[in-house]
Amino acid sequence: MSVLTWTYIIVGITFALYIGIAIWSRAGSTQEFYVAGGGVSPLANGMATAADWMSAASFISMAGLISFMGYDGGVYLMGWTGGYVLLALLLAPYLRKFGKFTVPDFIGDRYYSNVARTVAVICAIIVSFTYVAGQMRGVGVVFSRFLEVDINTGVYIGMAIVLFYAVLGGMKGITYTQVAQYCVLIFAYMVPAFFISLAMTGNVVPQLGLLGNVTDGSEMALLDKLDQLHRELGFAEYTSGTKSMTDIFCITMALMVGTAGLPHVIVRFFTVPKVRDARISAGYALLFIAILYTTAPAIAAFARTNLINTVSNKEYASMPEWFTKWETTKLITHDDKNNDGLIQYVADPNTNELTIDQDIMVLANPEIAGLPNWVIALVAAGGLAAALSTAAGLLLVISTAVSRDLIKMQLKPDISERNELIAARLGATVAVVIAGYFGINPPDFVAATVALAFGLAAASFFPAIILGIFDKRMNREGAITGMVVGISIMLFYMLKFKLGKFGGGTAEDWWFGISPEGFGTVAMMINLVISMVVSRVTAAPPQEVQDIVEDIRIPSGAGDAVAH
Amino acid sequence: MSENKLRAYWKENLRYLAILLVIWFIVSYGFGILLIDQLNSMSIGGAKLGFWFAQQGSIYVFVVLIFVYVYLMNKLDQKYGLDES
Repeated sequence: MSVLTWTYIIVGITFALYIGIAIWSRAGSTQEFYVAGGGVSPLANGMATAADWMSAASFISMAGLISFMGYDGGVYLMGWTGGYVLLALLLAPYLRKFGKFTVPDFIGDRYYSNVARTVAVICAIIVSFTYVAGQMRGVGVVFSRFLEVDINTGVYIGMAIVLFYAVLGGMKGITYTQVAQYCVLIFAYMVPAFFISLAMTGNVVPQLGLLGNVTDGSEMALLDKLDQLHRELGFAEYTSGTKSMTDIFCITMALMVGTAGLPHVIVRFFTVPKVRDARISAGYALLFIAILYTTAPAIAAFARTNLINTVSNKEYASMPEWFTKWETTKLITHDDKNNDGLIQYVADPNTNELTIDQDIMVLANPEIAGLPNWVIALVAAGGLAAALSTAAGLLLVISTAVSRDLIKMQLKPDISERNELIAARLGATVAVVIAGYFGINPPDFVAATVALAFGLAAASFFPAIILGIFDKRMNREGAITGMVVGISIMLFYMLKFKLGKFGGGTAEDWWFGISPEGFGTVAMMINLVISMVVSRVTAAPPQEVQDIVEDIRIPSGAGDAVAH
Repeated sequence: MSENKLRAYWKENLRYLAILLVIWFIVSYGFGILLIDQLNSMSIGGAKLGFWFAQQGSIYVFVVLIFVYVYLMNKLDQKYGLDES
């Protein structure tokens, strides 16, 4: 059977599965809609969190990114996993004990202020929208490449699917669909990795293959071989990288803290029955994520070696079929500058003849390794599972922010349960439509800001939540000033150095040599310091708030997530 | 539950957090970033040790850290009678 037939079959089966689950688990109450009734098992929540968290970027782009960055790619590997340690130790158990539905809920109650609640809602919406637009685009790209439909048609199909199970099932539907999506995406990621690791290093486990020798008869360690190839072509050594140590440190920190501050991840820990379930499900989540995240650097190194061996100084006319196939998508381009008929792939931009898009590394990997057609189709289904699961989780945060944090808690407190549920479903519908619009007409700023959503989360939520739990003296004035200053200075830095506003600037002008991706760390520190100083010169929080803080520090008596 | 007992529970909790977070910092920021040059003079299999920590080793340690934390806290809850039935 052809790749296309296989893709239709596998993607069709997985979609039917998601829709079936959505019908089976539709939500009947706001509690089910917001937190799946608070009755999700820790293991299921761990899988759902992993699927929620691993987006199209993790599945499709990350290995390719590492492939081109070498050592520097470690910022993503450490940054996007280390945050779970912070989440498990510093946030999840306490927020579960607090027992409400959303992050703005916590901020609003802990800081006894609807201003704080509104600031948190705005931050949650900014962070989630920058993220979700990229996911819808990812769905479109996978559809267009593998099902040979127009990108926009792909976005419409993706919108329809997400709309169906997010609106019908709310958090309950999303949770159980995400469990299925995790299984699909991890299977799709690992199967080609096993094959390629076996072919390159003779070891079927990619994590071990990365440490092994290449099987080309030279008995050289794979990474030494790769360093040698890089030196010959004028690139920086694969295992050394090019970024400054300060910048690497700051980017890693911003990604870790941002991960722990992302509302769609935090809200997942409200869905389990007990505090101890929240702790262990963070462990499961990281375990499931780590399976993919420790495979990615292996795929990166294999793909890089394979690529250089296949193309460097080889005749253009003798390139394999996948090369020309991806050339038609413009993701590979070749320009024979010296007209010698050979491909020069070197570091010097004046003589380099080949440009390769990072996304190819995972998507074309099965073809490069000559794997059977069903494996290629599986990768398509995996990419779609990754993009859809993340999009659904984000859309739920946006719809909850509107129906609960704004309408129920502020505008119309006497709204009936039934109407609140309708508002939540309408909110989800509007959010899907807006996200789809951005997917079809991607504004320039989306690509530039997706990575920065972490900086924004780090600069706003993380300090306010941590201080709310660990510093009983932290008050309304301190937290609000901290959040507003933190997110403002992060937005300013982003706009200045990413989008050229406020006079723009280049890498030489970066403050302390820190890139916009790493600046979330600085903004977070500023938030922390300002919150501490302001809170100490203003009045202490009222006694009942101090009692809340005492209470969330004790695990017993968490009970159900309560509505009022 | 007396005030003193709760304070003792919280103090032990904070001590666990401090120890685990120090390890968290050392394996990622220490081994993977700040001490990278020193560690790269050693190797694990065919990889330099610092590079391995930055791309693999730290992630394994993160997973272990959370499970150790869960174990310690469940024991602590039991000790103070705060575990949920």
